[in-house]
Amino acid sequence: MPFAWFVAIRYMLSARGQTSLILAAVSVGVSVVVFLSALINGLQASLIQSTLGSQPHITLRVARESPRPLVEPSAGRAISRPIQPASQRLRSMDQWPVRLAEAQQFPGVTAASPTLTGSGIATRADARLPVAIRGVDPERFLAIINIPAKIIRGSFDISPGTMVIGSTLANELAVDVGDKVRLASTEGIEQVLTVSGVFTLGNAGVDKTWVVMSLRQAQSMFGLLGGATTIELKVSDVFTAEGIASEIQSQTGLLAESWMALNAELLAGLSAQSSSKTMIQACVVITVALGIASVLIVSVVQKSREIGILRAVGTPARRVLAIFLIQGGVLGLIGSLVGCALGVVFARLFESIALNPDGMPRFPVQVDLDLLLGATALATGVGLVTAVIPARRAAKLDPATAIRSG
Amino acid sequence: MADPILTVEQVVREYGERVRTRALAGVNLTLRLGELAALIGPSGSGKSTLLNLIGLLDRPTSGRVILAGQDTSQLDERALTTMRARTLGFVFQFHHLLPEFTAVENVMLPEWADRGTPTPEMRTRAEQILDAVGLADRAQYRTSDLSGGQQQRVAIARALVRRPPLVLADEPTGNLDTASADEVFELMRKFNRERGTTFLIVTHDPRIAERCNRVIEIVDGRVARDTEPERKGT
Repeated sequence: MPFAWFVAIRYMLSARGQTSLILAAVSVGVSVVVFLSALINGLQASLIQSTLGSQPHITLRVARESPRPLVEPSAGRAISRPIQPASQRLRSMDQWPVRLAEAQQFPGVTAASPTLTGSGIATRADARLPVAIRGVDPERFLAIINIPAKIIRGSFDISPGTMVIGSTLANELAVDVGDKVRLASTEGIEQVLTVSGVFTLGNAGVDKTWVVMSLRQAQSMFGLLGGATTIELKVSDVFTAEGIASEIQSQTGLLAESWMALNAELLAGLSAQSSSKTMIQACVVITVALGIASVLIVSVVQKSREIGILRAVGTPARRVLAIFLIQGGVLGLIGSLVGCALGVVFARLFESIALNPDGMPRFPVQVDLDLLLGATALATGVGLVTAVIPARRAAKLDPATAIRSG
Repeated sequence: MADPILTVEQVVREYGERVRTRALAGVNLTLRLGELAALIGPSGSGKSTLLNLIGLLDRPTSGRVILAGQDTSQLDERALTTMRARTLGFVFQFHHLLPEFTAVENVMLPEWADRGTPTPEMRTRAEQILDAVGLADRAQYRTSDLSGGQQQRVAIARALVRRPPLVLADEPTGNLDTASADEVFELMRKFNRERGTTFLIVTHDPRIAERCNRVIEIVDGRVARDTEPERKGT
């Protein structure tokens, strides 16, 4: 075994009380970081998941129509004209299959689906309710919002003449699978469709208004044969959505709206959570650093005569330095390994204790390898760095003075 | 006459910034290979200062210390450390063994520290020298479990394991009873005779000093007397 390791390990083993105390301190600190991070990561992941469970990452739509003057001013003729903003009618995206293919080629985009969205009224007996009609391509739409997985009754069948609707809407219309509902679109076209399935996406607005049918069916309801109003995209990393959206917008001229722009408040909340996590981590890092530094400083003082003897009999200063750096690093490493284990145990325990009435964990925790590796690397690094001061002090001891006064 | 292992030339050592205290005021001294020399003198005479300078733990204000043919004033801290490891052996008053380690580990440590990693030969050499000081059966003992005399014998083994040409001993028998003191001194004399190791022993004990073959007395930072009892006697 190399000299510095041998001496460092022997020193730690012989000062068992001191070593266990500081290991306990590092472990507790690291376990707090692991536990809180797992909890916050879990909360954030489930928040994002439920948010993105009912909306695409990016939605592309046609730009708003701008007012067009009927008469242009010309040389020698000035005109006075009020310009009134154009009212927005439902229109199809020009050459949407081409746009769809283009969008799919953008780096980061993993799926694209054409959609025709519009509003309408659903009528059943005395109930007349506003609905959001979505015509989709069932295969492609699956990759954007996985409605088939959220069907609670019936099946995801949107063949001609059928539709699936949100569970709240189904309740309010008092319909179930197999019942017929009269739908009227804003274009004034009425059709009677059969409910083939009821879904719950967990988003109140969606569950109360959505009516999902085939693209062709929607096209006929809005009189836009062959048309689609929006293209919905999914990206590989949800937090790159905003960047990809603005790139698509600048390159295609389409309006691109990311989920991040639509959920700015949620994101602000998440980032506040993340900063509180960082604060806690910083406090723990400082505590660990102070703990390791104080133990090593005491150790250097206690051992100064021995260090003097080692130096006198020819131990190079760099090996004395190494003895204390190794102690700092090893204390950080072992402490963080124990702390990671404790943190994971706490997190799992917490998850299994705090349950919703349905038996699902109220606070889903998310422990990933990155978190554990990060915590370990951080604590080990902190141990090494804080050992630098005591280690340099040890290496600089004047052997003659240390032997005489120690 | 044998070659000089140590030459101290006009060495002055002063301390303090404003008020300068002169611990050594121009010391000249030559030790030859195979000598067994005692360094005596009253407290505060500069013995320890001289020993620190010879032991390369301190540098003179002026003058030179030439050790094994090397002018040490030319060396940097790193080279001095290597020289301490390979040319010198140290025996301190209070044995100064490391209590966390066993006797054999203590004996191995200087070479281990110098080379970085241990070799089987290092351990063999350490065991052999422990055998030579009569402690083969105590090799695996923690040094804190040994008696004072045994501890000092381990310290001698540590100083001699690498066969340095010069061993410096700072009151090696200072805190031992008479019997243990004799034992320790006899051990040094044995290595001096058998291996030709040069010893410079700082001592307050006249019984030790008179059994050395040279006595150097320091008073007020100068060599006041330098006699060779044996030769004088013949």
